[in-house]
Amino acid sequence: MAKATQDSNRPHKADVGSAIPNHDLPPIPGRYHADREELLEFYRRMLMIRRFEERCGQLYGLGLIAGFCHLYIGQEAVAVGLQAALQPGRDSVITGYREHGHMLAYGIDPKIVMAELTGRASGISHGKGGSMHMFSTEHKFFGGNGIVGAQVPLGAGLAFAHKYRNDGGCSAAYFGDGSANQGQVYEAYNMAALWKLPVIFVIENNGYAMGTSIQRANAHTALSERGAGFGIPALVVDGMDVLEVRGAATVAVDWVQAGKGPIILEMKTYRYRGHSMSDPARYRSREEVNDMKENHDPLDNLKKDLFAAGIPEAELVKLDEDIRQQVKEAADFAEKAPLPADEELYTNILVGKY
Amino acid sequence: MAIELKMPALSPTMEEGTLTRWLVKEGDPIKAGEILAEIETDKAIMEFEAVDEGVITKILIPEGSENVKVGTAIAYLGTDANDVTLDGASAETKAEESIPVAPPAKTEAAAVEEAATPSLSKVINSAPEIPEGTEFFQQTLREALRDAMAEEMRRDDRVFVMGEEVAEYQGAYKVTQGLLQEFGARRVVDTPISEYGFSGIGVGAAMEGLRPVIEFMTMNFSMQAIDHIINSAAKTHYMSGGQVRCPIVFRGPNGAAPRVGAQHTQNFGPWYAAVPGLVVLAPYDAIDAKGLLKAAIRSDDPVVFLECELLYGKTFDVPKMDDFVLPIGKARIIREGKDVTIVSYSIGVSFALTAAEALAKEGIDAEVIDLRTLRPLDKETILQSLAKTNRIVTVEDGWPVCSISSEIAAIAMEEGFDNLDAPVLRVTNADTPTPYAENLEKKGLVNPEAIIEAVRKVCYRK
Ligand SMILES: Cc1ncc(C[n+]2csc(CCOP(=O)(O)OP(=O)(O)O)c2C)c(N)n1
Ligand SMILES: [Mg+2]
Repeated sequence: MAKATQDSNRPHKADVGSAIPNHDLPPIPGRYHADREELLEFYRRMLMIRRFEERCGQLYGLGLIAGFCHLYIGQEAVAVGLQAALQPGRDSVITGYREHGHMLAYGIDPKIVMAELTGRASGISHGKGGSMHMFSTEHKFFGGNGIVGAQVPLGAGLAFAHKYRNDGGCSAAYFGDGSANQGQVYEAYNMAALWKLPVIFVIENNGYAMGTSIQRANAHTALSERGAGFGIPALVVDGMDVLEVRGAATVAVDWVQAGKGPIILEMKTYRYRGHSMSDPARYRSREEVNDMKENHDPLDNLKKDLFAAGIPEAELVKLDEDIRQQVKEAADFAEKAPLPADEELYTNILVGKY
Repeated sequence: MAIELKMPALSPTMEEGTLTRWLVKEGDPIKAGEILAEIETDKAIMEFEAVDEGVITKILIPEGSENVKVGTAIAYLGTDANDVTLDGASAETKAEESIPVAPPAKTEAAAVEEAATPSLSKVINSAPEIPEGTEFFQQTLREALRDAMAEEMRRDDRVFVMGEEVAEYQGAYKVTQGLLQEFGARRVVDTPISEYGFSGIGVGAAMEGLRPVIEFMTMNFSMQAIDHIINSAAKTHYMSGGQVRCPIVFRGPNGAAPRVGAQHTQNFGPWYAAVPGLVVLAPYDAIDAKGLLKAAIRSDDPVVFLECELLYGKTFDVPKMDDFVLPIGKARIIREGKDVTIVSYSIGVSFALTAAEALAKEGIDAEVIDLRTLRPLDKETILQSLAKTNRIVTVEDGWPVCSISSEIAAIAMEEGFDNLDAPVLRVTNADTPTPYAENLEKKGLVNPEAIIEAVRKVCYRK
């Protein structure tokens, strides 16, 4: 049975969301047992996202990044833990506009991500996409979507292709607690379940959609339970703990790859910064934000495991220095890299010539 | 070896802001991520977070200061409490934490906004609906829209506003500011992100006799709901043989927005204007926005009301009248001229006016028509002007193909052919999705230079 999660956005242990009559349920996932190297790798990737996003905020303030820019700070464990269980190049991923972290979680060069943010020719979308529209076909990463909820049926479509080709791949479609109120999400749920598509629906429940808390927008706040009507099982996961996420991801991947159809992962997480750079942040208390930062931070959480594995603090300090240096180089690169050539305005509209 | 903390740009259109409150004082040690100050722009109050740790050694701009330009040094951040000297050399070595001293280059948005409000002597503000001797006062477009809604809500309990972040957040673009406080949650309704659903609910409520004003956070998201706008709202009166009415307004920012990329920058004017059963309005300035939004709310038909984000913060003259309502379906000659007719709407009008001023210096006297209503189009005003000038250039912040411009060209051909001394030329955005990169975006957008060139062509100059 689902845990009573309705009115709390506090992270808690992974749990099976709903019992669905006459349906199989996935096993309750355990916290992932990572070896020393894996632990360090998780930490490295999360820290890269953290430092990268901090720098983005700074570059935005300086006018080098423009438009909308949504930072992933606080949610690092979700993309890092989940994507570690996927096979880049085989499995596909799609998300919304808050996607810098998902790219970095795949180890994509921060230089070309940052250069996209500054709108340069060497950016991953050649400067044409911007903060909200980054793609990497190499990693089967399909964006980078600005229309709330649209990525959910698209993600089911990615899974449709995997099943159609029988290539052993699956897809992960990330979306927010606010996006969960778009009708197309439920049309996608139905068809994904009906056709047993290998798609993992990953709800990044950070408690807010812009200035609207989940309680103010959702009649029933247990988002994990919304799949039950379609026979889709769900796991509720502490999205502030990368090892919990990684553990749940294994169960989810196994489930969809066994041909059992979609699964929902509701990740309880939190965004530290405003919705985008231009967010008044008056809708939640400073105490709430500080409590999350101080007591539930995904990096701090993982540090405990790193220390337990005998990794000395000094090594983490060194790692932080390395990452700061890489981010600084990425920012310098992104600032100095040339703009796209003017002709690029008219390229990539259609593939064919008619 | 302190570094300067600068007034940050916190939104796509921000150029200056008010430093409302310091949350730290001189001598306070701070951590990265700590909130230092609250900064208010015309859009919102925002928090300014520290990027680095250190000690606030000096506060340069006191709280309450208004119009602080982006890039202005507002405080010093030192390594310890005595650290109040700025050191150029150390700024070099500590480049990572330091912030470049030059203020950020003027953004594209700023340039567009500047062009958007040309100081023009010849703009005509008089209208038959404004009695002789009426006083004018200054108001932003945003305030005029809010007042139009508030006035209609005061006079008619059937009117309510519904949309994402319209109530407690006071509007994603602050257009509904204060409405919740005055009218309460019964009439100012926050919705989940469910455009298709709440548009359908709006249409249903309209059929049952209410007068909903549905706000789309931006018109880009109305695509989620376009089925209800067209198949439910626009056609029901007709399909029911005139029995059912659908008095609803769908409104929100449309078209140009700075650097937000392909999915967040497009003009749906031509899309909606193609649909029989809809009224489509796209005002430029605050006078028309106010008078037409009130008219839209009073209309018994479904109205799509297109606003322009780049103009929200701009100040215009608005008549001081108790009940100022403008007629739907009437274009406005915003500048009189005799040599060429420039037809435009929404932000395109500002570019047309700028071009007209420049053309005057070359001895070309341009008439500028602001369509205001895209459906039904005021053909008469266009054709009368054509009969006078014999030339038309259209200006549109949108794609060229199947556009309002195309429609005007067709009207000129069909009904004004004998008056044409030159082909109708269309000045529009590039026929591409909107790119993010600053240079590409600029190149793709309609601008005064392109208008000037087109006018010279139809006037056979140079
Ligand atoms: C169809 C659509 N409607 C509205 C928006 C504006 N918008 C962008 S993000 C957002 C909030 C989404 O919140 P959530 O799904 O919880 O994701 P989070 O930002 O928390 O990651 C809204 C309303 C949009 N981009 N697309
Ligand atoms: Mg959210």
